[in-house]
Amino acid sequence: MSDSLQVPTMAEFMAQGKQPEVVFWVGCAGSFDDRAKKITKAFVKLLNKAKVEFAVLGTEESCTGDPAKRSGNEFLFQMQAVTNIEVLNAYEVKKIVTACPHCFNTIKNEYPGLGGTYEVMHHTQFLKTLLEDGRLTIEGGKFKGKRITFHDPCYLGRANNVYEAPRDLIKKLEAELVEMKNCRRNGLCCGAGGAQMFKEPEKGDKDVNVMRTEEALEAKPEIIAAGCPFCNTMMTDGVKAKEQEDNVEVMDIAELIANAQDL
Amino acid sequence: MNFLPNILFAILLIAGFGYFFRNVKKLIRNIKLGKNKTINDNTSQRWKNMINIALGQSKMVRRPIAGFLHIVVYVGFIIINIEVLEIIIDGLFGTHRIGLSVLNSSVYGFLIGTFELLAVGVLISVIVFWVRRNIIKLKRFLSSEMQGWPKSDGNIILYFEVVLMCLFLIMNATDTSFQAIDSGNIISQYLVPLFNGFSESALHFIERTAWWIHIVGILIFLNYLYYSKHLHILLAFPNTYYGNLNPKGQFDNNEAVTKEVMLMMDPNADPFAAPVAGEDEEVPEKFGASDVQDLSWVNLLNAYTCTECGRCTSECPANQTGKKLSPRKIMMDTRDRLVEVGDNIDANKGEFKDDGKQLLGDYISKEELWACTSCNACVEACPVSIDPLSIIMEMRRYLVMEQSAAPVELNNMMTNIENNGAPWPYNQMDRLNWKDE
Repeated sequence: MSDSLQVPTMAEFMAQGKQPEVVFWVGCAGSFDDRAKKITKAFVKLLNKAKVEFAVLGTEESCTGDPAKRSGNEFLFQMQAVTNIEVLNAYEVKKIVTACPHCFNTIKNEYPGLGGTYEVMHHTQFLKTLLEDGRLTIEGGKFKGKRITFHDPCYLGRANNVYEAPRDLIKKLEAELVEMKNCRRNGLCCGAGGAQMFKEPEKGDKDVNVMRTEEALEAKPEIIAAGCPFCNTMMTDGVKAKEQEDNVEVMDIAELIANAQDL
Repeated sequence: MNFLPNILFAILLIAGFGYFFRNVKKLIRNIKLGKNKTINDNTSQRWKNMINIALGQSKMVRRPIAGFLHIVVYVGFIIINIEVLEIIIDGLFGTHRIGLSVLNSSVYGFLIGTFELLAVGVLISVIVFWVRRNIIKLKRFLSSEMQGWPKSDGNIILYFEVVLMCLFLIMNATDTSFQAIDSGNIISQYLVPLFNGFSESALHFIERTAWWIHIVGILIFLNYLYYSKHLHILLAFPNTYYGNLNPKGQFDNNEAVTKEVMLMMDPNADPFAAPVAGEDEEVPEKFGASDVQDLSWVNLLNAYTCTECGRCTSECPANQTGKKLSPRKIMMDTRDRLVEVGDNIDANKGEFKDDGKQLLGDYISKEELWACTSCNACVEACPVSIDPLSIIMEMRRYLVMEQSAAPVELNNMMTNIENNGAPWPYNQMDRLNWKDE
């Protein structure tokens, strides 16, 4: 199936003297993490379906520096940022879409001060515009009437006030959107942010992802929808910890839409 | 001899306000110990925020019960203070209820009636607040950082309010000439029976005593502010004005680092360049914060503004899962250390003498700092735009860039980014492999 994926690189566009409509910033998780790669592919399928002329940086992409910055390593962050900005500016990139809220936040908010100013969209925002422009259609089908709850990624929600785009997409699936006790600006963290993803948590009486998963399970969903590869991992682990993996699935919004289309 | 009370009153007033302003000067000096940060953008948005968030209490009501009660106390506090104006004029000029000779009695009655109603509202709210703190024992008032002085501080303020409101009502109830007008004594008329059988002179004595204790109480309260968490009634206004307007996820790019990075990336930079003769070699700025002087003045204003309500801590995912981190404690520690540094400066003739202590380690532990997920829940929860996260981040910067003291797993992650351009040990050349998998 993956044979059908069209994933042109920025270098190929450049060689043809063309500019893509948008650069898809895949991110480290989207490139290397087995679970997140599925999200990347689902999103690419949708881009292909909607005939979006996009490009990836491929091997020229490097970590945005987000986990370094949140850890306090401003040096490493800025080294990464300046290097990435050089690549992006050399390709005269104007618009970037990414499925990772951490990449989204960093490129959108922290790169401009270092010389990199782009229009940056989260993939849920981008998919929403594709729908609005009629380039992509969603039919409920598979997900009609299913109970889906959306876990707000901190770096999409509170950090950047994007709350509705992912929810609008879920509603388009004719699914029943159920909210957790804490949602939108009150959404509880999955526990991965601030570089916690890469270390053991400090001593406490519970793991954050388990607590958040419990909140999600209280809403009695069939699917927990996520919009961040790290939240996805944390919630998936949480569902396993609660031994609910046979009843509840954790899926990215892009996967939901791609699945609805049988892509 | 007739002027004695007026002179005494004037002296009290001057002393009360004088001592208050002396402390305000100290407060401003202490806040300015922080690093310079210029904030002069978006003036209109800043005023709007101040009006909505501080004056309009828009974030308070997100928790409806506490929010509603707080608004009653807040409105009561501000409006009843109009009465203080009359008290001050009466006190200075020996008049009695000057308002009555300026306004007609129905307008005056309306005003005092409103004050009386508000006073009862404040009394009820304050009692509920006390019950919430001491009997119901809400979790956020029980944390370890709330033991001892912070707990007493919270209660003392409530007692102050109770006493002041009671004095105001007693003062009105025992004022026979005011009761005789029978306008505006909406509440105090019901207190009159309590004083049945008191002689005219006894009533007058009680009225005068209540009047004096009331104004002295207000002056003491004013001066208590500087030493208590209650400064927020003043500082909430500048604090919301100077609050962050950028997206919450945007952390500032450290300029000192940018300078170094740009130099490293500049192909024309001469790696062997010697400093220009005669020019002092620039000492690189300290990265991050280990003490209050390394934080920005806004961080320090935040610390003085915090009234320890604990909404931040109760929303913090790390705190909720039993980790040591409490954003409220971060703010309290910052203020405590700042006060300590300020006192040190006062004791040493305006010069800070190293006391072998600092914010990091002596107040805030590494364990607290590393437990943060940077999720911004604390920032979102604060009703007066305090940002505990930026203090946490500044201290992480110090730990990592000055001390190389990151947890070992984070060091591995950072090494991976340096070598492979990803937080995991994968080769950058394999970044597009997913396409064909």
